[in-house]
Amino acid sequence: MSSSRQDPEARVRARATQRRLGKASRAARAQLAATVVLGCLATALIIAQATLLAHIVVDAFLGGASLSALVPQLAWLLAVSLARGTVDLGFEATGRIGASRVMAELRSRLVRHLLKERPGALSGERSGALAAATVQGVDALEAYYARYMPQAVLAALTPLAILAWAVPRDWEAAAILAVTAPLVPVFMVLIGRLAEGATRRRWQRLSRLSARFFDLVGGLETLRANGRAEAQADSIAAAGESYRRETMATLRVGFLSALVLELLAMIGVALVAATVGIQLAEGSLGLTAGLTVLILAPEVYMPLRRLGSEFHAGADAMAAAEAIFEVLDRPVAVSAPADPIPAPDPLDAPLLLEGVEFSHAGREPVLRGVDLRLAPGETVALVGPSGGGKSTLLSLLLRLAEPDAGAIRCGGVDLRDVDPEAWRRRVAWVPQRPTIFAGTIADNIALGRPDAPRSEIEDAALDAMLGPVVGSLSEGLDTRVGDGGRRLSAGQAQRIGLARAFLLDAPLLLLDEPTAHLDAGTEREVVAAVEHLAAGRTALIVAHREAAVRGADRVVELRDGRITTPDGSPSDLLGHIWPKRSEGLGGVTA
Amino acid sequence: MRPLREILAVAPPSRRRLALSVALGAGAVLAAVGLLTTSGYLISRAAQRPEILALGVAIVGVRFFGISRALLRYAERLVSHDLAFRALTDLRSHLFRRLVPLVPAGLPGLGRGELLGRFVGDVDSLQDLYLRGLMPPAVAVVAGAGAIVVAFLILPVAALVLALSLLAAGVLVPLVTRAANRRAGRRQGAARAELTGQVLEVATGSAELAVAGRADDWIARADASGARLAELQRSDAVAGGLAAGLLTAIAGAAVVVMLAVAIPAVDSGVLAGVMLAALALLAMASFEAVAPLGVAAAGIDACATAAGRIEAVIDREPPVAEPARPLTPRRGVLRFDRVRFRYEEDAPWVLDGVDLALSPGRAVALLGPSGAGKSTLAELAVRFRDPTLGRIELAGVPLAAMAGDDVRAAVRLAPQDAYLFTSTLRDNVALGRSGAGDAAICEALEAVGLGPWLDSLPDGLDTEVGEAGAKVSGGQRQRIAAARGFLAAADFLVFDEPTAHLDPAGAADLQRRIANLAADDGPGVLVITHERAALDAFDEVLELRAGRIVTG
Ligand SMILES: Nc1ncnc2c1ncn2[C@@H]1O[C@H](COP(=O)(O)OP(=O)(O)OP(=O)(O)O)[C@@H](O)[C@H]1O
Ligand SMILES: Nc1ncnc2c1ncn2[C@@H]1O[C@H](COP(=O)(O)OP(=O)(O)OP(=O)(O)O)[C@@H](O)[C@H]1O
Ligand SMILES: [Mg+2]
Ligand SMILES: [Mg+2]
Repeated sequence: MSSSRQDPEARVRARATQRRLGKASRAARAQLAATVVLGCLATALIIAQATLLAHIVVDAFLGGASLSALVPQLAWLLAVSLARGTVDLGFEATGRIGASRVMAELRSRLVRHLLKERPGALSGERSGALAAATVQGVDALEAYYARYMPQAVLAALTPLAILAWAVPRDWEAAAILAVTAPLVPVFMVLIGRLAEGATRRRWQRLSRLSARFFDLVGGLETLRANGRAEAQADSIAAAGESYRRETMATLRVGFLSALVLELLAMIGVALVAATVGIQLAEGSLGLTAGLTVLILAPEVYMPLRRLGSEFHAGADAMAAAEAIFEVLDRPVAVSAPADPIPAPDPLDAPLLLEGVEFSHAGREPVLRGVDLRLAPGETVALVGPSGGGKSTLLSLLLRLAEPDAGAIRCGGVDLRDVDPEAWRRRVAWVPQRPTIFAGTIADNIALGRPDAPRSEIEDAALDAMLGPVVGSLSEGLDTRVGDGGRRLSAGQAQRIGLARAFLLDAPLLLLDEPTAHLDAGTEREVVAAVEHLAAGRTALIVAHREAAVRGADRVVELRDGRITTPDGSPSDLLGHIWPKRSEGLGGVTA
Repeated sequence: MRPLREILAVAPPSRRRLALSVALGAGAVLAAVGLLTTSGYLISRAAQRPEILALGVAIVGVRFFGISRALLRYAERLVSHDLAFRALTDLRSHLFRRLVPLVPAGLPGLGRGELLGRFVGDVDSLQDLYLRGLMPPAVAVVAGAGAIVVAFLILPVAALVLALSLLAAGVLVPLVTRAANRRAGRRQGAARAELTGQVLEVATGSAELAVAGRADDWIARADASGARLAELQRSDAVAGGLAAGLLTAIAGAAVVVMLAVAIPAVDSGVLAGVMLAALALLAMASFEAVAPLGVAAAGIDACATAAGRIEAVIDREPPVAEPARPLTPRRGVLRFDRVRFRYEEDAPWVLDGVDLALSPGRAVALLGPSGAGKSTLAELAVRFRDPTLGRIELAGVPLAAMAGDDVRAAVRLAPQDAYLFTSTLRDNVALGRSGAGDAAICEALEAVGLGPWLDSLPDGLDTEVGEAGAKVSGGQRQRIAAARGFLAAADFLVFDEPTAHLDPAGAADLQRRIANLAADDGPGVLVITHERAALDAFDEVLELRAGRIVTG
């Protein structure tokens, strides 16, 4: 067991997390304040209830008062009980309402981070882990904000108030309470530290388990195709079982804290009862005071005990919070400059890559000094072996990542000095595997221009050779696709991506294998349409197939991290890149 | 509640553990009752100023109850958590097994986000079923009965008061909680799944959204879902508050009523005065038995909704019926005989009379326009779907007469959009053949042209490919999936566009290597492709056009 005494770093991190959790609770400041007020009220009512109860019992028992004489006091007792109920209602509800606000706020921050600070193909993010952090991770914080924090407020208020009340009435019992009660938090912290490392590991295990389940459900088709679904079901069971064993091991320690608290509380009450009893027997204490102290004794420990039983919920929340803050703390992929220069127009000035280098974390460098010049209005085809870094290069041009060395300039402006969002507005990009968002085909085409008129969307669909596809659908452009909608074939998805570019009137076109999944016939038509689109724009088109490159002004090759081909016309290069081009072409025509 | 019962039938908690944890839980509550009751008696007796020694038994009793309470509670928590985890583990793997036959064809209209939301979120929320749903009512009944018996021994009419007030709290509190958050509890699961779907979409499409300038719209959408969820949680909070408040109020009122019946009993000498405080404290302490019932009611409701949502997925009819007595596939010709297929009742035919014969040892290339139905044909060949009309036979036996898994062991598909798992390169390739050694894996990677890349990786086969292959290039991803096919020991191999995203030389080379797999009496090979290089390596080149096969 890695106790935190051996792990000061973890201590520091935990404290920092706690501080940030506190800061995050700002969204619920009003609720927290209300909790404090309600907590004070609740304490006052508890004392009132105990006093009244003791008086009634003593009057009836020793004073021999009859029921009718005690009616007013009983009525008061009833009123106080009802008031306590109302205050409890408010206390519980405000805590949880506060929690829901904080949680909504944290979720929003996570999504914002994902879209604003680290969007990108290059980050290799784990979406399952992210979804888990955003949904389940944040849910785990509920225990912290809704139960742990309000209980902590009560734990600070109630015991002190009751002690203050008890000291003048029965200092011996008060002394017992004053000595045992503080032991509760002390032990809690001690045992908490003991379990801390284990709790964090357990949380990590749990999120890994969740992410793995996620992964398996997502890839179920592939598993089945490979005859592995059954084996995975077994492995899920095995992983769950080992998680259970590990968790039970931590809980045995984690619940110890609750055990110790409970023991302390119970022994405390028993001691108070005995002390009060002896004082009464000696005649040094009145029964009313004694009984009140006895009724109040469990109330001193109650919030502390509750806090203890929430402690491992709180520890879980801390671990979840660490995972969340870890996501939020990841550095911004491309930071916006403090005072940005207006985005240059690649139609006014050439776009230059100068000695651009880039490597993905933990991998060999991909780009080792790329020099490339895209003249305004020029169409350049980028070819090269798979894995050569073509898509990576486009990501840099999109400012989804920063080059490790070298610079990208346009019209004498280093793009680093331009707001990335402003620059991206100048670009139309078709990624290698376009994402189809849940919605209609029209919504998907209009991704970059949601307010585009219908007629333009239709034109874009036609330009991208989606005409026959849309024509065959009964709902046409209004067919729902993407998550929960109709499945599109790979080539159809590709053409939706292209249609998006057709609809955008952007000066710079970055197309990543726009015809990868198309048959030769469709490809030819798409290439013709792309040529048309590229006219009057600057275009960089990643392509593998010869047909896709024909219309380019230039072909450049990316190989071994550099642009290796000298500038030349496509026909000069075709022989170099497609040496055996006539070989396979015979026979089949589309 | 029906889905809940089904879930319970799937993952039944062990009876012994259940009984044990209920007994422990009730014991803990009763020990607390005993503690307060005894101490009430103790000090009342003390006030009569007896010999200190006369108090000895009561003092010991107080200590005994105090210590056993703490120990019982500890044991109860361990046993009940163990039980809940065991049940959850069974549930996960069971649900996964039920999901398997529904993928890919059996879940139309259900998106990946929605599916994952249900399967991860809802299954997790079922974790509460045992701890917060089923146990508390059982504990309440046992402990409540115990407390009533104690009250009866002191004063019979007090037992009646206690029984009525516990009943009131035990029934009223859950009822009110349920009424207050009926809608909220039901919809929370759906709201959560929706949010999960949105976050997934954002995570996969973040770059495109950012470049399209739509980040703010998607943030607004997620915020709206988050706000909806928060709204539901708020009404849940009010319900929780009601439960807590009601309980406190009823407990307080019960003490008042208890005094109202006990004081006349003291007057008339039926009840000894020393027992008055004990009775009042007994009434107070007993409510711990019913305290968790409000939360339990809400918990059961939420679990029932979650179970219902899960059932709605796994209760679907598998699209492909498994034969009662499956035949084992034999090596022979895989024949499509006038196969027609469409996705929906009155949709146009995607395949409209496909005749096709694949034989072991022969390599066939299938071309055809995008959207022609090539991937659909591949799915039919591995019995992910059945033809709408016509039949598919392997060695003369209809595929429908064989178990789907056996068909897929004989006919291995490398799908067009193959999924890469969040794991190492090794694990991903080894999916093709269980227990494949490193040497075989490297050989397969070599064969698909990834040899030089593999050599360049500092971590080699241990390299993580990222979630859904996020850390490899488009072409690498395609080839890793193809490498699985190279490892497979099947009679037929079907590759769906293995060369998309490859450079011309690489594509021609890979296509040729795949065709060569069939050589020397190898498996039958079908390659779906748009790549016209190296087609000469195939024994036959076909084209799918307007739903039929034509010779290329
Ligand atoms: N997020 C990432 N993390 C680590 N490595 C990555 C990541 N993305 C890509 N790579 C690696 O960087 C190299 C270049 O990838 P890139 O996607 O740019 O290639 P590409 O030229 O577009 O290839 P293809 O034609 O196959 O799409 C590859 O070796 C790939 O494995
Ligand atoms: N689950 C589905 N429900 C309804 N229609 C579908 C479904 N899956 C595919 N389709 C439609 O069936 C047709 C054939 O799709 P399929 O994926 O088989 O084409 P493909 O020939 O493989 O195309 P590509 O070369 O682009 O991959 C397409 O029009 C597609 O939109
Ligand atoms: Mg690429
Ligand atoms: Mg296809």
